[in-house]
Formats: sequence, C-alpha cells, structure tokens
Amino acid sequence: MKKILLMGNPNVGKSAIFTSLTGINVRTSNYPGTTVSYAAGILTVLRKNSSCASCCKSSCKGCSVGSTEKFEVIDVPGTYRLDPLSEAEKVACQLLPEGDIIINVVDATNLERNLNLTLQLLEMNKPVVVVLNMWDDTVHKGISIDPEKLSKMLGVPVVTTTGITGEGIDKLIEYIMNYPPESVTKREYKNRWAAIGEIINAVQNLEHRRHTFLERLQDISIHPFYGIPIAILVIIAIFRVIIGIGEYLIGLMEQLFERFYTPLIMSLSRVLGGGGVLHQILIGDISGETIDYEAAMGVLTTGVFLEIGIVLPYILIFYIVLGFLEDLGYLPRLAVLFDRFMHRVGLHGFSIIPMMLAMGCNIPGILAVRNIESRRQRFITATLTAITIPCFAQSAIIFSITATYGTGYVVAILGTILSVWLVLGSVLSFFVKGTTDTLIMEVPPYRLPAFKVQLRNLGSRIYGFLTDAFPYVLGGILFVNILTILGVMDFIGKLAAPVITGIFGLPEGAVASFVVGIVRKDAAVALLEPLNISGAQMVVGVTLLIIYFPCMATFVIMLKELGFADTFKSFMIMVIVTLLAGTYIRAFMAVFNDPWIYVIFTVLLSFAVMLVLSRIADRRHRAKYA
Amino acid sequence: MTLTDLKIGEEAIITTINGGHGIHAKLESMGLREGSRVTKKSAVPAGGPVIVQTGNTQIAIGAGMANRIIVKNTD
Repeated sequence: MKKILLMGNPNVGKSAIFTSLTGINVRTSNYPGTTVSYAAGILTVLRKNSSCASCCKSSCKGCSVGSTEKFEVIDVPGTYRLDPLSEAEKVACQLLPEGDIIINVVDATNLERNLNLTLQLLEMNKPVVVVLNMWDDTVHKGISIDPEKLSKMLGVPVVTTTGITGEGIDKLIEYIMNYPPESVTKREYKNRWAAIGEIINAVQNLEHRRHTFLERLQDISIHPFYGIPIAILVIIAIFRVIIGIGEYLIGLMEQLFERFYTPLIMSLSRVLGGGGVLHQILIGDISGETIDYEAAMGVLTTGVFLEIGIVLPYILIFYIVLGFLEDLGYLPRLAVLFDRFMHRVGLHGFSIIPMMLAMGCNIPGILAVRNIESRRQRFITATLTAITIPCFAQSAIIFSITATYGTGYVVAILGTILSVWLVLGSVLSFFVKGTTDTLIMEVPPYRLPAFKVQLRNLGSRIYGFLTDAFPYVLGGILFVNILTILGVMDFIGKLAAPVITGIFGLPEGAVASFVVGIVRKDAAVALLEPLNISGAQMVVGVTLLIIYFPCMATFVIMLKELGFADTFKSFMIMVIVTLLAGTYIRAFMAVFNDPWIYVIFTVLLSFAVMLVLSRIADRRHRAKYA
Repeated sequence: MTLTDLKIGEEAIITTINGGHGIHAKLESMGLREGSRVTKKSAVPAGGPVIVQTGNTQIAIGAGMANRIIVKNTD
C-alpha cells in the first residue's frame, strides 16, 4: 500500500484534509501544534472502468473487485522546516523517508512563508502535490493566486481546497489516483528566498481592502493596554458562564433523575430486600422517599449520578467553550499576553496552551508539552500541570460538593492550587537546570469556528469522556464498597492514619478517596462527601486530592513524554508538595478558621515568594551573562 | 533601532538579527529574515512580546529576542 504524507506548516489545516480523505476524526483547532503525534488512516479510491462506469447500484460487486485502490494517509505534525527543533517537528522529519507521495498542505493566505517548506520538500525528490488550503479565505483577504501558473513554476500539481468544508477534496483524490508520475525531476534551489520571491511576484496579487470585523477583534485582543484586561475579563466570564450553565443543567438532571431513575432504584431496592451486602454495594444508604445521590455511595446511585448528573453537564459546557476558543484562535493570544508572567515560573507563554487543555483532561495537556523545545520547560510545564490543574470532571464534583460549605471554601481551594502553582513554579524555575527560550510563535488569524466541526469535535470529546470515565467510576465505587465491606479499607485506613489523620487531620475514612484518586479523581472527591467533615478539612482533602498524584492515565503519558528520570523527579515533587501543602492548610485553618482570611493571605504570600525568587533568579542570570 | 524601539503601527526592514543559527532558522521559517519588511502590530507592556506582521502572518517575538533584531525605517 502506498503511503501518503500530509505535510505542511503548523496550523494550515492538514488535520481537516486528513479527516476529509479518510473519514477519521482527528482534533482540529486554530493554534499551531494541535497535532503532536501522527494519525494514520486509509483512503479507498474507486477506479471507474468503462464497463462499470454506468453502474450505480450499491449492491453491484463488479466495481469493487480489482478496481479499488487503498492508500495509507498519514497526518504529520506541522513543521516549518526539515531540520527539526521541537519533538513534534522531529516526528515529521522521521516520517518523511517513508512517504511515497507527499501532499504539501499550504495556507493559501500565507503563500510566501509556506513556500519555504514546499521548496525544501521539492528538493527531497519525491512526488509532491501542493494543496492550497483555506482557499475561501483568500477571497475576503484580497489575495488572488494563479494556481495553474504556480503549478507550472513548481513543476508539480496544485489543487485548491477548503479543508473545513471539504471543497476541492475530490479533485485532490483524482490527482492522487493518477500519481506518482514515472519520474520526478531533480530540483535544487540555490537561493531559496530568491526563488520564492520570483514565484510570489508571478502568481500572487494582493489588493488592499478594509479591515474586517475579525481583524479588528484581532487587533484589540493583543492591544498593549486593553489586551490583558480583556483576557482577564474573558477568563472570568468563561468561568461564570460554565458554572452558571453547569449548575442549571445539574438542576435539570436532578429532576430527571428523581422522576425517572428514583422509582427504578426504589423497586430494585425492594427486590434486593432493602438491605444486605448486594444492596450496600449497588444502592448504598437510602432512606425515605428521596435518594441523596451524592451521599448514597452505591454503584448504581452515586456512581451513575456523579457522571451523568454532575460531571457530564459541566464537561459538556466546558468543552463547548474551550472548543470555541480553540477554533477561534484565542489560545495563542493568551500565550502572548501572559508570556512575561510565565517567565517568572521559568516558562514562556506557550505553556498556557497545554495548561488550558489540561483543565479539560490532563492527558491532552501533557501531550501538548511536546511542542516545547527546551527540556527544562517541558519538565516544569508537565509537573505544574500534573500537580496543580484538576481535570474538569474533578472540578465539577469539587464545585458541586464544596459549594454547600459556602463560596469561601471553593475560593480557598482554587486559591490554594493557584498558590501552589506560583510557589512551585518559581522554585522549579530557580532550581531546574537549563535556560528558558524566548517565545517565537505564529499568532494565527481569528477564524469563525465552523459549526459542523465544533459539533464533531465536541461529540468525540464527550464520547471519549463517557467511555473512559464510566467503567472507572463505577468500578472505583464498586471496588471501594467491596473493600469496605471486607474490612480492608479500615485496615488501610489504620496504616495510613499517621499521615492522613496525624498530619492532615482528616478522618481515617478519607483513605478511600486517596486510593480511588489514583485512578479516578471525580469519584475520589465524591467519596469525601459522606464523611461529614468540616469546611477546613474539606479544603485540605480536596486540595490534596488535586495535587498528590495525577490520575494513572496521565502518569503513564508523563512517563512516555518525559522519560523515567524526569517523571520520577516529578513524582517526588508531588509527594513533598502534598506533605507541605497539607500541613500548611491544616495549621493555618487551626489558627484562623476563616476561608477568606486564609485564601487572601496565602495567595498574597505566594505572589510575594514568586516575585522574590524571580528577582533573585533574574539577577543571577544577568550576573552570568553581563 | 531595535524592534522594541520601533513604534506600533510603523513599518520597517530588518537589517540584522543578532543570534545563533537556531534563532535565524526559526525566524526564517516563519518568514522573518534580514531584508524582510515588518509592521509592528503591538507590544505587551512591561517586557512582554512584540507582535509583528509580515505578509499575512503575525508573529509574536519575546522581548529578549525583539531587542536583538535591528530594523531601519522604510523611506
């Protein structure tokens, strides 16, 4: 089977073309570096032969015998050049020798810059088809390109496409079928930029036209004075909207559960005789007419309700918002605006992107770390992400369970992880060897997200969440219930008591949360609910559940991305931070039992620590290079 | 004059990029090289990145690098 490589600069729409060719849905969005690993799929083309051309019955088997051809299509991470700087670019260059046909996807609105890679690919002496993608955008950007002339000058076929709608794809497939040619002419460009200049002058015409609304929006969102305030407002607004709509949806879900699910559980409860071991495991503690789904702790009550009733509504609204921001192109702007701030924790602005993704689920967050060139920055980003950023499934349960204690306690938890982020980040920046690179990043134009694509991406994320979460949450609660009934949980509780009770001041029962939290964080937080602990204990418990360990799946990805040595270091940091944070929160709350005093003091203190540490680091750095 | 000194909204030509091969290669692949025409779009205050436009591409360049890119005004 022939291999087709989709190659091109970052953020030119390779993944959208891949989806059109293979029908396999891969993540697309509007920031450079969405694809970090390659995806492979099969393109099946039907060669029409004369005898079958008129046949259009789907039942006709004549056409498919001996007349279909399969190609393996590979969606390669974007690269600007063939001498790679980042891990994601390395993947691209390693794949290159394997390709039989190279489809070079080019952003038609950025022809000049994209041609740099095109000419390098042409020098590789492989059959190349150039795809001018985002063709629809050239019209309202006042760009006119002559594809035929371009084809003649490059000596390879040129196809125009609009990846997001699939326009032009059939033409591309036609070219693939009639490719490769018998021989490829050997090309060499002595002065690449001179050659590019010549081509651009011949094929491209620019017209001046008025600024569009999106371009105005673009300018204002990176404005020297308004940019950062707008970003802060956007972030606050996002959380308001997510929590507001999330709560509303949860209210609806509760009503639905009460009306349709409660009778079902009640009759099951009667069938099981209203008690006994199986009742305890499946249904848990229910009494009276209504079921307290958060506290019952049965597999079919709390287990099902956690995921469908609480986490799903929050995840749904979170991914709608994140998907919109990603496809619009707002994330790279956040990276630019907060670049200076991120330098204080030894990172540059790009690291905002993995961290934003990690708020949905840590795994894509850690994977996105691959776009970062320096090992030091990769390590700090991954460690900070794994320790301080709760996935949204966990956040959902945190919001819904701690809200009953009052807003102060929710803010105290968020303030604590922000403080850990600030202090740990600046400490890591201080001690981890290596340098922090300067940010050099393309800021893509805003693009109005296509509804169809948004829906498709949302669908695959929700599907991924449900299939991943359900077995683990139900399994986790089942596991805890069985261990509790067998008395094993009590035993582990006694073993862990010196730490859990002695240092952190939590009841022994909290050990179940920490056991389940290794696999699934949302269920782990929910297990704190029936313990009837105080607000201060809740802050300790929830915060430690966020920081002590990412979920197992994330940890495995860290191993893959960072290697054993760095992941081990990261793990040791988790242990130390957990002990310190737990002790600190407990001690502080014991003296001032007020979440607001606690959170204001703690956040201010950590900002101060960060400023002092980064000031010292700056001075040290200057002394070294002055 | 460096990219940092250039006023927002002004166009200039890059005359020198003070940096090693890696930096040159990285900037070049995004379309920034000696001789490129750039327009400064914005600069995040207090040591943040400079955003320049070349052709239809906008590129953010951290302050540390922007200081090392020498430009001259177009006449």
